[in-house]
Amino acid sequence: MDLNTKFTPETWPAHPERATLEAKNKFVGFWLFLGGETILFATLFATYMALKNKGPSGFGFTTQELYTLPLVFVMTMLLLTSSLTSVYAMYHLKSFNFKKMQLWLGITALLGLGFLMLEVYEFSHYVQLGFTFSNSAFSSAFYTLVGTHGFHVAVGLVWITLLIFRNSKRGLNLYNATKYYTFSLYWHFIDVVWVFIFTVVYLMGVIG
Amino acid sequence: MSSVAQKSGFGATLWDWLTTVDHKKIGILYLLGGLFFFVLGGIEAMIIRLQLITPNNDLVSAGLFNDLITMHGTTMIFLAAMPMLFGFMNAIMPLQIGARDVAFPFINSLGFWMFAFGGLFLNISWLFGEVPDAGWTSYASLSLHSPGHGIDFYAIGLQIAGGGTLMAGINFLVTIINMRAPGMTYMRMPLFTWTTFVASAMILFAFPPLTIGLFFLTFDRMFGGNFFDHTMGGNTIIWEHIFWIFGHPEVYILILPAFGIFSEVFSVFARKRLFGYTAMVFATVLIGFLGFMVWAHHMFTVGLGPTANAIFAVATMAIAVPTGVKIFNWLLTIWGGSIKVTTPMLYALGFIPSFVMGGVTGVMQGAAPLDYQLHDSYFIVAHFHYVIVGGVVLAIFAGLHYWWPKMFGTMLNELLGKITFVFFFVGFHLTFLIQHWLGFWGMPRRVWTFMDGQGWNLANFVSTIGALSMAIGFTVMVINIIMTTIKNERVGNDPWGDGRTLEWAIPSPPPFYNFPATPLVRGLDTLWIEKMEGSKEMITPAEPITDIHMPHGSIIPMLMTLGLFIAGFGAMFHQETSWGLGVLIFGLAFTFVTMAIRSLKDDLGYYVTKEQILQDQENIKRGRN
Repeated sequence: MDLNTKFTPETWPAHPERATLEAKNKFVGFWLFLGGETILFATLFATYMALKNKGPSGFGFTTQELYTLPLVFVMTMLLLTSSLTSVYAMYHLKSFNFKKMQLWLGITALLGLGFLMLEVYEFSHYVQLGFTFSNSAFSSAFYTLVGTHGFHVAVGLVWITLLIFRNSKRGLNLYNATKYYTFSLYWHFIDVVWVFIFTVVYLMGVIG
Repeated sequence: MSSVAQKSGFGATLWDWLTTVDHKKIGILYLLGGLFFFVLGGIEAMIIRLQLITPNNDLVSAGLFNDLITMHGTTMIFLAAMPMLFGFMNAIMPLQIGARDVAFPFINSLGFWMFAFGGLFLNISWLFGEVPDAGWTSYASLSLHSPGHGIDFYAIGLQIAGGGTLMAGINFLVTIINMRAPGMTYMRMPLFTWTTFVASAMILFAFPPLTIGLFFLTFDRMFGGNFFDHTMGGNTIIWEHIFWIFGHPEVYILILPAFGIFSEVFSVFARKRLFGYTAMVFATVLIGFLGFMVWAHHMFTVGLGPTANAIFAVATMAIAVPTGVKIFNWLLTIWGGSIKVTTPMLYALGFIPSFVMGGVTGVMQGAAPLDYQLHDSYFIVAHFHYVIVGGVVLAIFAGLHYWWPKMFGTMLNELLGKITFVFFFVGFHLTFLIQHWLGFWGMPRRVWTFMDGQGWNLANFVSTIGALSMAIGFTVMVINIIMTTIKNERVGNDPWGDGRTLEWAIPSPPPFYNFPATPLVRGLDTLWIEKMEGSKEMITPAEPITDIHMPHGSIIPMLMTLGLFIAGFGAMFHQETSWGLGVLIFGLAFTFVTMAIRSLKDDLGYYVTKEQILQDQENIKRGRN
């Protein structure tokens, strides 16, 4: 199928994200990339669990004292909701409704931005308490794990912002449908990683 | 770029190579880059052996010796062996499955430039006089305390090169999953394609841990992290686990494509279908799987406890089973074949006994109690050189001779090739066989020099003579390459005469679009089937000739990597200089901007028209244009 073809909701393919060979390649390639990312985060999780609460002699910070669940709960809600809104966007991608897709993606980005700002607030709060990156093995592992996730969120925000503005004038075609779709895959992945961070770092930190 | 309207001149040629996204050209770039670093690593090896030729030698200082062994290992694994194998994968694998290119030509180019700049970054350390010196494994307890920037070069250089490897792995996987020609089912894929597939899957799951490990090391050394510093609550064993979770699969990532090359060579030069093809495929997959289950056998002496050691010992021994299956299948492929002892076949025949020896000593070390005796002795050095040189390097040399005509359109000289083999093969056994005994006699590895009167003198002398013989062999090969290139006698589609797979059905070197019409694959060893049926065209087309969609070349991959290269220096010097942080931010920003440009600028490629293809095919038929 030609990339310049003009579509209507009737002629739009059922799976626009993998309608051409290039698109199919990107689709499979991105899934594989997420497989690699999974291992990357698994390594970070393992390291965090090994170094949790470990510090120099006289080290004062423990997960129980440090983390506050209400803040993290709000962050979780923001990110989970943004995952839901990106699903709505993909629904409109498949039904060839460009405006609504852009709108839902915009909402996704705003929710993600809210999450990121709360994370920045959380980190700066810890730093004020003296829990800096260089403070201990625990702090290094914590900031690297949660920070790598935060970095992924930031990259996703830049990505979707560029996509929204780049395509705002020209609508959907088979070239950018894959780009939107892989973004949503990425966003779900970030969400899943956060579920694990919420469980392993925060819940097990406060309760365990 | 269309072959119909080619620009000429040095500038245009250089620009073409800097911006190319053609898998065949990138394959050549990988191969030449790998050969360059192979020479560097070889020189380092020669200095190491010359230092050890006599007791109490002081050819190099103890510190320089540490630099040399570290850079020799790192260079040979990451910058010589892997890129040369990637060269073959790039140049040959798409041809074997009947594809016009890899799935992501742009990312393919990016992967190459990341390897090139990563390797450059690592080796610039020689100019600074601060060279990595904690061994290629760079255990944190050593590397955290290494003064100067040596280890920083290691951490950042490998980070850049490793990113490129990961991209190449994903690229090959998607190519094989999505771009096989009609009829090319998984169980009809040539063994080299299969091993590329499994090795790429291993790259996908083995390299992310290395990425993280190198980030930890970078953070600890340059950004105030505390992952490995026990006084701050860190744990140095974490590095060992992460490194070997990457490092052990890495040796299978190297050896599987080598197995693939030999499988092709045996079957072509025995003029027989590969014996036990299905078993070979499943053995490959099983090795790929088990390769992730054995990393702790590098850490038996760390003290993980008898349970962990026992589990990893059993897993290590289990991996010998699929490898044994492969060895017997190769032997049965040769058995009863009409054998032609060409240079690639010589390497393949030499490979079997050499690699079996390396494998057997590997199983010996799998026995954890024995490993306590062998650990960090010359026995280990002998073992891994038997598998890496006796397996991977012999395969690379076999592949060089075997596929050189396909990649460059001219044959390497057979006589010189055989001379290379004799010097290299004899030198290899002379160098490393005796090192098994050196290990038993108690000589530890990674020592700068040794005292007289311990019974090690003769063995070390013999070992060094062997290394000289290997160097002579390699030099003959370089002479061979130069002479062949100057003579430049063109060859046809199938210069070995017995090609069985699709790459031999098209011109050498292939036109930039590979196949005028996508081929129809009717079974294993497609070309052989066509030959047996007396087909004239050698390819049954799956479709009529139509316009071909091709990607544009791009300079962005190189610029993207250049940004990372610059950022690396910033990270390294940010603690002691005022400009470091600025350079780090500039480099990263530069990379992000190039990424944004790539993302925002539509690259829809271009079409080669049917008329151009027909014209080009006509030219090829009338003799090379």
